[in-house]
Amino acid sequence: MNVSFVAIICYLLGISAVVGLNAVILVWLERKVAGHMQFRYGPMEVGPHGLLQTLADGIKLVSKQLVIPDKADKPLFLLAPVVSLVPIFAAMMPLPLSESVQAWELNIGLLFIIALGLLNTLGILLAGWGSNNKYALLGGSRAVAQILAYKIPLLISVMTIIMMSGSYSLRDIVLAQNHGWYVLYQPLLFIVYITAITLETNRSPFDFSEAESELVAGFHTEYSGMGFSLFFLAEYSYMFIAAALASILFLGGWQGPWLPGPVWSLIKIYGIIFLLMWFRWTFPRLRIDQMLSLGWKILLPITLVNFLVTAGVLAL
Amino acid sequence: MKEQAPTYTLEQIDEENFALNLGPQHPGTHGVLRVILHMDGEYILYADPILGYGHRMQEKVAENMTYLQVLPYVCRMDYLGALSYNLAWVCAVEKLCEFEVPDRASVVRVIATELNRISSHLLWWGAYLLDLGAFTPFLQAFTDRELILDLLEYITGSRLTYCYFRFGGLPSDVDDVFLTGVRDFIEGFRGRLKNYHDLVTGNVIFYHRSADVGVILPFDAAGYGLSGPVLRGSGFAYDVRRHEPYSGYDRFDFEIPVEETGDCMARYNVRMAEIEQSMNIIEQALNTIPDGPIRSKVPKIIKPPEGEVTMAVETPRGELVIYIVSDGTKKPYRVKYRVPSFSNLSIFAKLARGQLLADALAVLGSFDLVIPEVDR
Repeated sequence: MNVSFVAIICYLLGISAVVGLNAVILVWLERKVAGHMQFRYGPMEVGPHGLLQTLADGIKLVSKQLVIPDKADKPLFLLAPVVSLVPIFAAMMPLPLSESVQAWELNIGLLFIIALGLLNTLGILLAGWGSNNKYALLGGSRAVAQILAYKIPLLISVMTIIMMSGSYSLRDIVLAQNHGWYVLYQPLLFIVYITAITLETNRSPFDFSEAESELVAGFHTEYSGMGFSLFFLAEYSYMFIAAALASILFLGGWQGPWLPGPVWSLIKIYGIIFLLMWFRWTFPRLRIDQMLSLGWKILLPITLVNFLVTAGVLAL
Repeated sequence: MKEQAPTYTLEQIDEENFALNLGPQHPGTHGVLRVILHMDGEYILYADPILGYGHRMQEKVAENMTYLQVLPYVCRMDYLGALSYNLAWVCAVEKLCEFEVPDRASVVRVIATELNRISSHLLWWGAYLLDLGAFTPFLQAFTDRELILDLLEYITGSRLTYCYFRFGGLPSDVDDVFLTGVRDFIEGFRGRLKNYHDLVTGNVIFYHRSADVGVILPFDAAGYGLSGPVLRGSGFAYDVRRHEPYSGYDRFDFEIPVEETGDCMARYNVRMAEIEQSMNIIEQALNTIPDGPIRSKVPKIIKPPEGEVTMAVETPRGELVIYIVSDGTKKPYRVKYRVPSFSNLSIFAKLARGQLLADALAVLGSFDLVIPEVDR
């Protein structure tokens, strides 16, 4: 592959802009959604309807002192937010917003993104271990405990989609849905997938690794300023990627009438993100063992049976 | 003799176990409660609550104050149910001095105290759901609680640590603005209470987080001296308002909600039913409120006769008992408070053993503790 140095620089700048802008919008949206669900307005003061509030908060966070706990494992402590954030820049590459708007058409794009998504858990574990804080350690170990419980159903549901479309390439998967979105054929799988990405992005009702009423702030208890904001940036970027995957796998990506492709993509992505926010501000948190039995005893059998049935139907 | 600090020999700490210091600053303990948890991973081997961070010598201070000066101070113990404490102190002194209380004053006292009980239960509802990880109920409860605070502010002048009752009656009468305000609130709140149940009570996650969690057997409930909704959640239909009526509670027709299961869900259901019963009481009080004086004649300086008095009151958290010994001077000789949160907390260490951390915090939340009341 011939990629020039200039192209890489352009790509990194572009992705940084997307990651930054996405986080600014999502944090604002989250606070607005939360506010309106709780009979209040959310941020209103900075900018029109508080649009610039996130920017102001970001500037405040970045300008704060970087506090490193005395007995923390310093390299791990500093590395953890970076490990969490950096894979996002690579994982955004194969995401197509439309047939032409895509940084890199990769024939195994789906696997590439899912593999990189696993690194988020590594970042959380490093933060939990490096902080030398028991709450952070519990948060980190919870993240590791839950990873298998949601990753296996997630992978099997993705495999089902791959089987139906016959391709690992995200563009081909969208093109295969020309005659009907996969959510129409696999509504159950879509629900499983949404549950799994709620787990993957550590969002309530599955926010075990930061469960504020139990673990204070979980894995990022000791982080402030820049480290905290990097984790935040990573969380919202993973939300974007997970929602983008959901829209590509089940909702036909950029397909839709009248509007241009990228607009449809963004509508679907932010629609799914809104759904995740809706969950967060409605549900109580599950207990960690209930989440594990949900993953292993409900999601996994559903996806497995669904996989076999789909395989049978496709073979006929 | 100073008691020896407890030694942690129940389960030895080895490489597998660790001690987790929960509090005194922790979002799950609602105040300055500190619990040392010995954990095996997520499981609690041994919990040791450590009290006293908010100790203010309430009982000793009361010995150096006149009876009237103690009155606003008792409300600082349970800041969420201040009027119940207010009522308990006032009733205790009235019982000691044998003061008469006019009917109108008694009924207004009941209205104000029951409003306070609803606001306390609402805050508990929000805080308990916050412990379970849901944030929205907290603000929903606060929206309705705000209306009660406005009503109580209108008659008492304060919004949290009220001091409204006086020996022999009330300092000022309530007017029609307050009474219609209460009537409107009850009417509107009956409808909004359905939203509370829609949002939370039927939720499957909430059910699984609350049912069969922190089960208190009736034997333990009686043995540990639990009271209030925690006791009633374990199958005892004991309510001071019914069994030792004060301030004219025997005039009102209300039920005592009881649940048999003794888990967090039972305590939740009892409190939610109590909100409705409180509304019933308020409605009856509004309909039967008599005209007449609001104060009886009491001396300017309270000098009770020599003797002692015990007064029990049902606060939102359970049975509060105030015991006063008088030596005939203007200041009490000895005051003793038996507070509900303290005895309810006593069973926590037993319940927490072998539980997951998340469950232990849910149990703590379901007790509706007010830590300044525990510490006094």
